[in-house]
Amino acid sequence: MDPARRRVARLVVALAVAVVLASALIYTSFSAASPALSPSQLVREAVPGRAYQLTGTVVKGSVHRQGATLDFAMEDRVGGTVIALAYTGIVPDPFREGREVIVTVEKQPNGGYVGERNSLITKCPSKYKTAPPSENQNS
Amino acid sequence: MAGFGFACLVLALVVCAYGIGVSLYGARSGRVEFSESGRRSVYALALVLTVAMVVLELAFVGNDFAFNTVADTSSRTTPLFYRAAAVWSSQEGSLLLWAWLMSLWSSLALFLTRRRLRDVAAYATAILLGFGAFFVGLMVFYANPFATTHPAPAEGVGLDPLLRFPAMMIHPPMLYSGYTLCIVPLAFGMGALLARRVDADWIKVIRRFAFAAWLFLGAGIMLGALWSYSELGWGGYWGWDAVENAALLPWLTGTAFLHSLMIQEKRGMLKVWNVSLALATGTLAVMGTFLVRSGILDSIHAFGGHTLGVPFVILIALLIAGSIYLVASRRSMLRSEHRLDSWLSREAAFLANNLVLVALAFVILWGTYFPLISEAIGGQEASVGPPWFDRYTVPLALILVLLSGVGPVIAWRRATLANARRNFMIPIGCALATLIGLEAGGVTAHPLAIVMFCLAGFVVGSVGQEFYRGTRARIAIAHEPPPLALLALVRRNRRRYGGYIVHIGIAVMFVGVAASSSFQHASELGLNPGQSTRIGSYEIRYVRPTASITPAEDRAHTGSTLSLGAVLDVTQNGHHVATLDPSEGFYASEEASQGTVGSLIGGQPVSHIAMNLNLARNVWTAVQPDIETPDLKRIITDGNNTLPPQDAIIAVAYLARAYLKHPPQAQFNFLVSPLVLWLWIGAIVIIGGSITALWPAPSRIRQRVLAGARARTRRGLARA
Repeated sequence: MDPARRRVARLVVALAVAVVLASALIYTSFSAASPALSPSQLVREAVPGRAYQLTGTVVKGSVHRQGATLDFAMEDRVGGTVIALAYTGIVPDPFREGREVIVTVEKQPNGGYVGERNSLITKCPSKYKTAPPSENQNS
Repeated sequence: MAGFGFACLVLALVVCAYGIGVSLYGARSGRVEFSESGRRSVYALALVLTVAMVVLELAFVGNDFAFNTVADTSSRTTPLFYRAAAVWSSQEGSLLLWAWLMSLWSSLALFLTRRRLRDVAAYATAILLGFGAFFVGLMVFYANPFATTHPAPAEGVGLDPLLRFPAMMIHPPMLYSGYTLCIVPLAFGMGALLARRVDADWIKVIRRFAFAAWLFLGAGIMLGALWSYSELGWGGYWGWDAVENAALLPWLTGTAFLHSLMIQEKRGMLKVWNVSLALATGTLAVMGTFLVRSGILDSIHAFGGHTLGVPFVILIALLIAGSIYLVASRRSMLRSEHRLDSWLSREAAFLANNLVLVALAFVILWGTYFPLISEAIGGQEASVGPPWFDRYTVPLALILVLLSGVGPVIAWRRATLANARRNFMIPIGCALATLIGLEAGGVTAHPLAIVMFCLAGFVVGSVGQEFYRGTRARIAIAHEPPPLALLALVRRNRRRYGGYIVHIGIAVMFVGVAASSSFQHASELGLNPGQSTRIGSYEIRYVRPTASITPAEDRAHTGSTLSLGAVLDVTQNGHHVATLDPSEGFYASEEASQGTVGSLIGGQPVSHIAMNLNLARNVWTAVQPDIETPDLKRIITDGNNTLPPQDAIIAVAYLARAYLKHPPQAQFNFLVSPLVLWLWIGAIVIIGGSITALWPAPSRIRQRVLAGARARTRRGLARA
């Protein structure tokens, strides 16, 4: 084979390998991913035994700590459906009522929700929000 | 003052527009005066933005709360150091920092290249000013750092207590220096393609900037990891979070670029790779900047609303489309001068290095943007977690460490069995010795970590061999004593030996990562005073609770109203190891609904961890005291109902006393992480090696000064 054809052949082989590996990666990402839902979506779609990533706001007055378990409720960012859950594990420092959190939950057979251990993330309070001037006046 | 600052921004925009115009005209027409004027516009931009930064800094230092950014992120009680650094803790201030740093680095790059690559530099000037116009434009039209409110509030909100940590204050300048320095190779790479001057010249000129970008970016990433480990309550330094990944991506392609350009310099190969990597690194830097502030991804750092998203997406799309077009249309000029002679050669090793780093970048890019991808494809937003990332990055990292040991010693063009024997015997021996040592020491679990340790041994053997051989050769030539010979060796070839030092740092760092993640013992449980628990080979006993009000010893100037914690006694095999005192600080909040007493401690709590760190391991402890017991809550409610605001602190003191007298069960997190200090030591070695490699050689400086003097004399004589 002359050098030019050999070069093309090498490139084709390399690209083919890359495509195969990328496909494997892409396939596993879809199967390993947990869907991100809001409380209203979770209520509609959750099936027991599957893990979901729940994003929402912690409802004011709902946070109670009982030993190692933290009970709290989450609602949609815009308000609406409320989901109560029990969580064990590390609670990040920024966690409090009114903050946006992300937690992996699983629906229990009895209809309640349990947070996966150490899966709670609290969004840092928005430091980069470009708020319109009127909002800044009530600090 | 604010008006003056805003005027500076508008002026900056005008300067950018002018500079772009003259640079492009100078590039197309070949008229040097116009290109020169374009270059000077960059200097002017740097000057104007410096003035703007000074105005904003003065506002922060002087507590001018009329400025919205000052009111939002600073307060009278914030210490001076944090006030000065709070300039860049807001969206608007961070945009100004980005634009300012970019103008400074661009000025430096254009100053150092003022006599070379005139046509390339002209295009590069236009591109750099284009970026300047973009960021200044964002500030002028969307996010003005000089916006004011009248009447000015009396006091500001104050800096988030989580950020009151020195490393967090220099983290943005370091990271942004890294990002903005990544734009310089992008601009020059595009300039080279536009001017059709893609020989090795532009690479030689840009190499130091690419290296500096890599260094600052790496330092910024490590500072973030350090903050995460020391300040946040989870005891980890890397969580595959979107913003962590966003900064890592340009660092990975930057690493590939730094190595791959050596092959172009020496053998004129991998030209398409080099220009593509330079463009990719700059684009990823812009994507990283965008990700942190756009709010498009749910992550711990998802700041920002959607206002800035659209301009950034347009810019990124333009960069990607432009890069692809430029490389594709100039591909005939980017043909390799030589062909790959053998798969066992240094060229092949560097090519493999490129492939591994790009693969790593692809995996991390995919995982980071997966929520958007899955939403676009399936309509359902989903995300992947750390286990998915680890599954792919760990094997790739192992291959990378292997290559970092193979690359320096494998022969050019074609490695024969003879030179393989000569070069690889000792490194392989070191790897085997490491394996035997580990087996003998009883470390047999976690095979992947063991492989990493052996590979690190391989790298140290390979690099050590290079140092040894070089020193020995120098002694033979110059008859110097070994320490001086070693020093002279490094001084004469800083680039190579500095790079070797970086490789050692990488090996040390990966050993720290492997050991601290695979062999870690973690435990979370509730303890009452007097109770103890076993973790690893240590026993930790909760001795007694601690409490203090507005702590006198507020080392971090964190300003917490109440601090509750624990005294822990750590022993190993009966011998006392350390006494640790983790605590949690409770801060004041702005919410009147919590009551006079409640609002004194109702703000975001911050965990103050305590650790005992040495070379072998770290014993890390954090506590979450329970202030929601019925008794303690009653104290707060009674205080809310009976005490006037100025006396509310009395109830807090009463709460502290009650906590001490009848401490409820507290939740503790314990971690014993082996070799985690090696991570930070590795980082310092990397920084030291990078500085060594970047430092101009003394002879070069002398030559440059002499050449400059000679040129001036010549010009003087010609004019006479």
